[in-house]
Amino acid sequence: MTWIWSNLDLIWDRTLDHLVLSVPSILLSFAIALPLGWLAHRYRASRAVILTSVGLLYAIPSLPLFIVLPFIVGTSIRSPLNLIIALTLYGVALMVRVVADGLSSVDRDVQQSATAVGFSGWTVFWQVELPLAGPVLLAGLRVVAVSTVSLATVGAVIGAQSLGSLFTDGIQRGIQAEIIAGIIATVVLALALDAALVLLGRVLMPWTRPSATGVAARIQPDVVEADR
Amino acid sequence: MNFLTETVAWLLDPANWAGDGGIPTRLAQHLIFTVVTLLVSFAIAVPAGFAIGHTGRGRSVAVATSGALRAIPTLGLLTLVALWVGIGLNAPFVALTVLAIPPLLAGAYTGFEAIDRKIIDAARAVGMSEAQILIKVELPLGLPLLIGGLRSATLQVVATATLAAYIADFGLGRYLFEGLRTRDYGQMLGGSILVIILAIVLEGVFALAQKLVVPRGVTAGRPTDIRNGSSRSRAVMELSIEEGK
Repeated sequence: MTWIWSNLDLIWDRTLDHLVLSVPSILLSFAIALPLGWLAHRYRASRAVILTSVGLLYAIPSLPLFIVLPFIVGTSIRSPLNLIIALTLYGVALMVRVVADGLSSVDRDVQQSATAVGFSGWTVFWQVELPLAGPVLLAGLRVVAVSTVSLATVGAVIGAQSLGSLFTDGIQRGIQAEIIAGIIATVVLALALDAALVLLGRVLMPWTRPSATGVAARIQPDVVEADR
Repeated sequence: MNFLTETVAWLLDPANWAGDGGIPTRLAQHLIFTVVTLLVSFAIAVPAGFAIGHTGRGRSVAVATSGALRAIPTLGLLTLVALWVGIGLNAPFVALTVLAIPPLLAGAYTGFEAIDRKIIDAARAVGMSEAQILIKVELPLGLPLLIGGLRSATLQVVATATLAAYIADFGLGRYLFEGLRTRDYGQMLGGSILVIILAIVLEGVFALAQKLVVPRGVTAGRPTDIRNGSSRSRAVMELSIEEGK
């Protein structure tokens, strides 16, 4: 415990490093997954291609990807950018399927009604399909956030600083408190980002609150995590 | 493209295909370790998952435990256990067994939960015993999701076993760390490619297995287009996550 108190600065610095890695990755993966997921939802042919590719992408273990990526995109192995790209790829791999399923879950009648009252294709997407798929997207994004925060720690073994550095440093120097502090900080950070997303969801989708018991129960992350 | 030639040279070098540190030996270590870990996790998680799925009791406990286990970073658990039990194979074995439990547990109970309750009621009505319902109804119908859980668990264990080479001298991950340490690009890239191929092959095998285990009667009665109707819960159920690779 004394180690933790005397190294709060270090833990804080690594937490900031960790945020720099994970937050851009989460946002980027959402931004990239949205058009890809829409493509997968809209056309049968692109659906098979896109969903199979992201499935395979997600199957790639993280450590080899962290090592191979720099030789493909030309970043340095230890640079945060390398990790951000890799984490974004995993986020996209998870999120594309959610976006496709979320958009597909929107009732066809609602979509057709929107068209019938004069919405254009573009506005149907932004004002009808996207908001209605919102709760599903949010559930997916929460999973992406938690998994990204957890995955980012792996970068420490190749020398990219994050909360994971507390693990590598802890085992090299035999400090148990350092590893425990790292685990707790990672979990807390994941929970904090998760809570932030839930809050954001309430602000952006106020209509999901009244039926919280109904909708929320169905979009709990554990259900999302359940299986493909 | 210098790295590429180095990688190909490393992969093709006969010296890397022989002996204790050779690719076949490392691959075998990796696979055996994965299988043993999965068997132990399976023995713990699947009976528990079946019990939860069959009785419907203890679900919230299982969800909470799985959630907590999932949030823990793999590397943290790995290094912490290594400090406790020492450097070697024991630490990754313990850590990976724990990590493989949540997807297997979830696969087991969600498989049962996804079954239409009317089917279970019908089975009971025609006089099947609880054991018969479990073995003849719930098990085959829940199998695709269980295989899905096994698929997640396998990929996670294969990935984390690579990472485990950080604290133990075994498996394909050794090439990655050895290559990083000595700045031997051929070795680190060659090793990475081997792990990636292994993971993708396993992913393919499981994807196929998942299709094959769906009972014929079920596929016949299944709606072909999931866009029919708004089944939000169904859409969500289809997603999986393998965290902490």
